[in-house]
Amino acid sequence: MTAQLEAPSSAGPRPSALAQAFRSNQTTWIGAILLAAVVLAAVLAPLLAPHDPLQQDILVRLEAPSAEHLLGTDAYGRDVLSRLMYGARISLLVGFASVIAAVTLGGALGIIAGYMGGVIDQLIMGVMDVLLSFPTLLLGLMVVAVLGASLENLIVAIAVTEMAPFARIARAPTLVLREQGFVEAGRALGFHPVRIMAVHILPNLVAELAVMASLWLATAIRTEASLSFIGLGVKPPTATWGGMIREGFENILDAPWLALFPSLAVLITVLALNLLGDGLRDAIDPKLRRE
Amino acid sequence: MIRFVIRRVLLALPTLLAMLTVVFLLARVVPGDPAQVVLGDQATPEALAALRDRLGLDRPLSAQYIDFLGGVLQGDFGTSLTTGRSVVTEVAAVLPYTIDLTLSALFVGVLFGMPLGILAAVRRNAWPDYATRVLSLVGLSFPAFVSGILMLLAFAIQLQWFPVIGAAALDDPAGRIHALVLPALNLGLIMTAYVTRVTRSSMLGVLNADFMRTARAKGVSRRALVWRHALPNALIPVVTVVGLYLGTLIGNSVLTEIVFSRPGLGKLILNAISMRDYTLLQGIMVIFAACVIVANTLTDLVYGLIDPRVKY
Repeated sequence: MTAQLEAPSSAGPRPSALAQAFRSNQTTWIGAILLAAVVLAAVLAPLLAPHDPLQQDILVRLEAPSAEHLLGTDAYGRDVLSRLMYGARISLLVGFASVIAAVTLGGALGIIAGYMGGVIDQLIMGVMDVLLSFPTLLLGLMVVAVLGASLENLIVAIAVTEMAPFARIARAPTLVLREQGFVEAGRALGFHPVRIMAVHILPNLVAELAVMASLWLATAIRTEASLSFIGLGVKPPTATWGGMIREGFENILDAPWLALFPSLAVLITVLALNLLGDGLRDAIDPKLRRE
Repeated sequence: MIRFVIRRVLLALPTLLAMLTVVFLLARVVPGDPAQVVLGDQATPEALAALRDRLGLDRPLSAQYIDFLGGVLQGDFGTSLTTGRSVVTEVAAVLPYTIDLTLSALFVGVLFGMPLGILAAVRRNAWPDYATRVLSLVGLSFPAFVSGILMLLAFAIQLQWFPVIGAAALDDPAGRIHALVLPALNLGLIMTAYVTRVTRSSMLGVLNADFMRTARAKGVSRRALVWRHALPNALIPVVTVVGLYLGTLIGNSVLTEIVFSRPGLGKLILNAISMRDYTLLQGIMVIFAACVIVANTLTDLVYGLIDPRVKY
């Protein structure tokens, strides 16, 4: 549903979609810089974090931001800034892993459905339609509730909810590519269907799948935070943004900053990915955007 | 028309059946013995056996499946493991709150989103366009509970304009609406962002169409151009997105209900999860997904009303 009709922006020769995205749209830059900052904070957390994210200190619980604890402390006296940085690792890890799984599986199924056609097509897309008929969050919630809350299960649950859109995105252009001369030639030469799909069709879809992946990464991170907020995330005491917001929400009257800072972290990360994905999407072929 | 409606409804049936199957299977892959989960570690073997018998867990999977489908056909979605009441009773008790919330959010989204989208399209690449584009992207980036918490902090705790608990008794209309304002705005915010974006891009497509150039050439006023010629043609994608978005709206209503401590399906789901009440969870999922399928079907039917080219 993120791929909506949009009037083609200024046409003309373009060296590469990536360069185009950054040149024509400053917001793409903002997205890239914000995302880079979050990734850096996550990767360098052990070096940058001022405190141990798990170290409790009952004497300084629920303290407002100060020089010692830049973003204050939580109900166990843990440093909020350090927990925020370590929480970024979980958010990004779950986000990237689940989207990579979803794009691989969904993309493969979409190509197979589009290329093979017939019963296989109907079967695959039927299953995808069923997955689409569940609200994303509820399906994720159900899967985690059934499998149990853990890092791996979160990744599985979010991948399941995001598979179907990728299958749809991959299938539509495959239907067109299937009829083209170079694919026909491959068939005539007796290439195995797997080879045609992987070597001749897939490269034509990579750009669009990558753009959609950046947009769905935003959704994945939002879903992870939502599930953690509900209490179905990686188990405490591990720092996760959703879990921090949940704990902050319990103390919202005494220490509003506890819920505020992780909320802003989620918002900034998701916004950065949306800005980036939006810019990239505007830059790739407008014809492909119609599906 | 009637024939089209019947055909469209029949088309929804296989999806519904597949959806029921998925929910059934999901509820059966629970690790461990559900009876053990419900009764705890100290349960006697007799009690476990009795519960298994009551839930039909000792019967073959296919028999359980047929029972499940038969029950759904008769409007019987099972019995809650923890309260002993039927799932339908449990859901019916809280459904009005969720419907209030979802419909008012839909209303908020269309009320604000369509004019903003039209404005952005008409003033393309001027500041109203940039402003709505950035704002709608920010709106889309808000997880529902994050915006909810920010609203709660600002309007209920700091300014105290609205109650912190976002619900009132069903027989108190004024209180009900007052309590609904913040949750509805919260859920409507994301909806507004969606509607704005789709209206904008759809309007842009139409504004560049040949028939618009013709209309301009024969001297149609700017106002009539936008409202009479462009908007009706731009509506279809908007309706599609509003329809498709209902599912996301329902998911986000769960989060909104938690933040504003509103009773509703969201609360019910959370209770079901924390009490490991799998029959209740299964029943709610069926009802939720059925709502989405009904909404999608209705969306298709609405096309015919707004687009004379769609023939039944």
